[in-house]
Amino acid sequence: MTLLDIKNMRVEFPGRHGVFTSVDDVSLTVAEGEILGLVGESGAGKSTVGNAIMGLLQPPGKMVQGEVILHGERIDQLSKADYRSIRGKRVAMIFQDPMTSLNPIETIEYQLVETILTHLDISREEAKKRAVDLLDQVGIPDPHIRIKQYPHQFSGGMRQRVVIALALCVEPELIIADEPTTALDVTIQAQILQLIKDLCRNRNLGVILVTHDMGVIAETADRVAVMYRGRLIEMGETDQIMHDPKEPYTRSLIAAVPPSNKKIDRFPKVAIEESDGNALQNFDLQGHWLGQGDAFDTSHSNLLEIENLNKRFVIQDAFFKRNRKYLDAIKDISFNVKAGETFGLVGESGSGKSTVARVITGIHTANGGSMRFAGMDLTGDVSAKQKSQVRRDIQMVFQDPYSSLNGRMKVGSIIAEPMLVNKLTRGKEERTEIVMDLLELVGLGKEAARKYPHEFSGGQRQRISIARALATRPRFLICDEPTSALDVSIQAQILNLLKDLQEELKLTLLFISHDLPVIRQMCDRIGVMRHGDLVEVAETEALFERPQHSYSQVLISQMPKFAK
Amino acid sequence: MISYIIKRAMQSVVVLLAVGLVAFGMFRFVGDPIDNMLGQERTDADVERLRELLGLNDPFIVQYWDFLTGAIQGDMGVSFRQGRPALDIILERLPATLELATVSAVFAMVMGILLGIYTAINRKGFVTTTILTTSLIGVSLPTFLIGILLIYIFAVELGWLPSFGRGDVVDFGWWTTGLTSWGGIKSLILPAITLGLYQMTLIMRLVRSEMSEILRQDYIRFARARGLTEKTINFRHAVKNTLIPVITVAGLQIGSIIAFSIITETVFQWPGVGLLFIDSVQFVDIPVMASYLMLISVMFVGINFIVDMLYLAIDPRLRDGKEG
Repeated sequence: MTLLDIKNMRVEFPGRHGVFTSVDDVSLTVAEGEILGLVGESGAGKSTVGNAIMGLLQPPGKMVQGEVILHGERIDQLSKADYRSIRGKRVAMIFQDPMTSLNPIETIEYQLVETILTHLDISREEAKKRAVDLLDQVGIPDPHIRIKQYPHQFSGGMRQRVVIALALCVEPELIIADEPTTALDVTIQAQILQLIKDLCRNRNLGVILVTHDMGVIAETADRVAVMYRGRLIEMGETDQIMHDPKEPYTRSLIAAVPPSNKKIDRFPKVAIEESDGNALQNFDLQGHWLGQGDAFDTSHSNLLEIENLNKRFVIQDAFFKRNRKYLDAIKDISFNVKAGETFGLVGESGSGKSTVARVITGIHTANGGSMRFAGMDLTGDVSAKQKSQVRRDIQMVFQDPYSSLNGRMKVGSIIAEPMLVNKLTRGKEERTEIVMDLLELVGLGKEAARKYPHEFSGGQRQRISIARALATRPRFLICDEPTSALDVSIQAQILNLLKDLQEELKLTLLFISHDLPVIRQMCDRIGVMRHGDLVEVAETEALFERPQHSYSQVLISQMPKFAK
Repeated sequence: MISYIIKRAMQSVVVLLAVGLVAFGMFRFVGDPIDNMLGQERTDADVERLRELLGLNDPFIVQYWDFLTGAIQGDMGVSFRQGRPALDIILERLPATLELATVSAVFAMVMGILLGIYTAINRKGFVTTTILTTSLIGVSLPTFLIGILLIYIFAVELGWLPSFGRGDVVDFGWWTTGLTSWGGIKSLILPAITLGLYQMTLIMRLVRSEMSEILRQDYIRFARARGLTEKTINFRHAVKNTLIPVITVAGLQIGSIIAFSIITETVFQWPGVGLLFIDSVQFVDIPVMASYLMLISVMFVGINFIVDMLYLAIDPRLRDGKEG
């Protein structure tokens, strides 16, 4: 039976530069017990569809046309108060990031009970009992104890379970899950998706699964709807869409997903794109300023040598040393990165892979072990001059392009800053010229220098980050999850850009990611980390074909597969 | 937890010692108390004898040490001017200042938080714009000018409120209060507003920007998606989260209200410790000045300590000693 019926939905956002149509003439249906995958890239309008169903469009956004029919009853024209009684009670929503979806300063119990009491006329005691049951149902162990805790005491996956429990509070008919597993590790992702599938079957719920991840869709959805720029361009059974897509856009979207089963040279790009990073071709980097960094000793085949590196954090401070509690973020790890190669570090969140990057760049100080960069001991006595040279030579691209750029500086100044700080240029003119060239190099164009970061999309911002990292003429670039906040097509562009730059500038890369297919495409050698230990280091193909360590085997078996 | 408290207490002692050191280092430049203490008919021998008696010939470090050893035993020295223990003089005047500071702090907090919440929820509109514009005037004018303006309007022109003093005061021996009589309350209104206006504006703007930020958070969107009422979302989820950073600033502001009261007390001739301090500076009454400064620093340190404890009470993430 049809649970939700959307007819000709059109959502507009009136703005200063005219009206922006976010959703254009979208019609779709969801049946009871069915999971509908809604895919598309960021800006395609898929989240807006979800928000419009909930009546939660961000002002000034407005649904100007169409109908939303829930169980034969039209809901889009309801009054504010009536709509509220539908939200949470009949239609529930799960957000992307479980870290930010829960109020940090209230207990889980408070948030659950509050929601239950809002919708149901039962006593507080009954509501509490129900809350415990809910936690139990979503697979949280010891619900009696855990319910008294605060969100920060839960891990990411557990928090998402809490979020799901909150969404299920009053047995809704429809759940809109907006990227429910994007922020989670692969093993947790598999569990959460399984939970959603089970709930859908057992309770006969309808689910709209909004995601950009084709692998998730392939494993979970019954039917798929593909959105592009506000329009629904293709809809069909999952198998059909995955294996026999009709539309060229769908085809290229599927092609852009990095294959997990083989290594390819370059990432295929999504056919319909807004900007392209082809500027590289007409660039002579060797003769350019960027190609003329510090002369360095090439006699070392290992650019970076790490031996028995340790880093511990104090997680609970105490007056007496023996009462302090520590977390060993990295334990005795050793590996080498050869000049010119891409070394991958893979592992789940909390495995210590980012800490490794931070220790190498000097953000954290190691508690033991040694690091040698181009033959220079970084952990011993290093002169200020050497230190600043190492800082120039090692640069980092951070994960989140939204928070790693200063929003109050123009892009031009952001990129010029490292040159200014390190006094690398002779003057303002030269600096400006290099900034322009860098922007061209990363495919943004000169005009970008005058704009502010917020005027750019996530992928474009990541290009700015890369340009900034290149501004000191580094030899070693550390990329900490550079694409995990980006769409597949943008991801493909950024990864291609990194590959090109590496080739042109003879860069050595340390590539950190939890995304196994991406790692497979990018890296020559890979280190697998778990709970601070480096459990295995192997050549890429060897690792994927014949993982030695039991944890590597689990990790590789858990990665969402979808064969093309 | 206990180690945290011990650590904080030790830090506080260091702060207090430093304040005293700086204060005693400066007293020598304030002037010579002897000029005011002895009349026209003094001899050089008199001056020298008194100097020796008061210990003014010692290096300031020694004077400071004497003050400290006395202070530990509860003896803060004897006022040069009044010849009575400095501590008694200050304790006599303290209720007036504390009453004024408390009332203006409450005024600043209550009004600041309420207006901040209102302007955060209703981001646009005539009332919000009016409040914000008026508050801007409040910050940009200096305290004494606001005081004089208020006196001119409400005391001189309209004649509604008294322009100076505390009005009728009830004395309990250890405490004096003006809050029990209408006259006392009337006298309190103008100085309290003058003193609290700046802090109110500051708190209001802080609350507004914090709350606007909080209202954009995912957990607020998720709360809406769960069908909670706007009232619950705004006043329970948003406000409580907003108050965490506000508490720090507000706490520090209470300290500065006591410190700022010097100006307000001068304008309104309020018989509190601020006015006492100004008089003492003119007379170079070192024991009183030293006691006042120590007292103010004890309060500052104490308030900061309470603020930190409040932080722990409100934010569960800090209780575990972990970062969010």
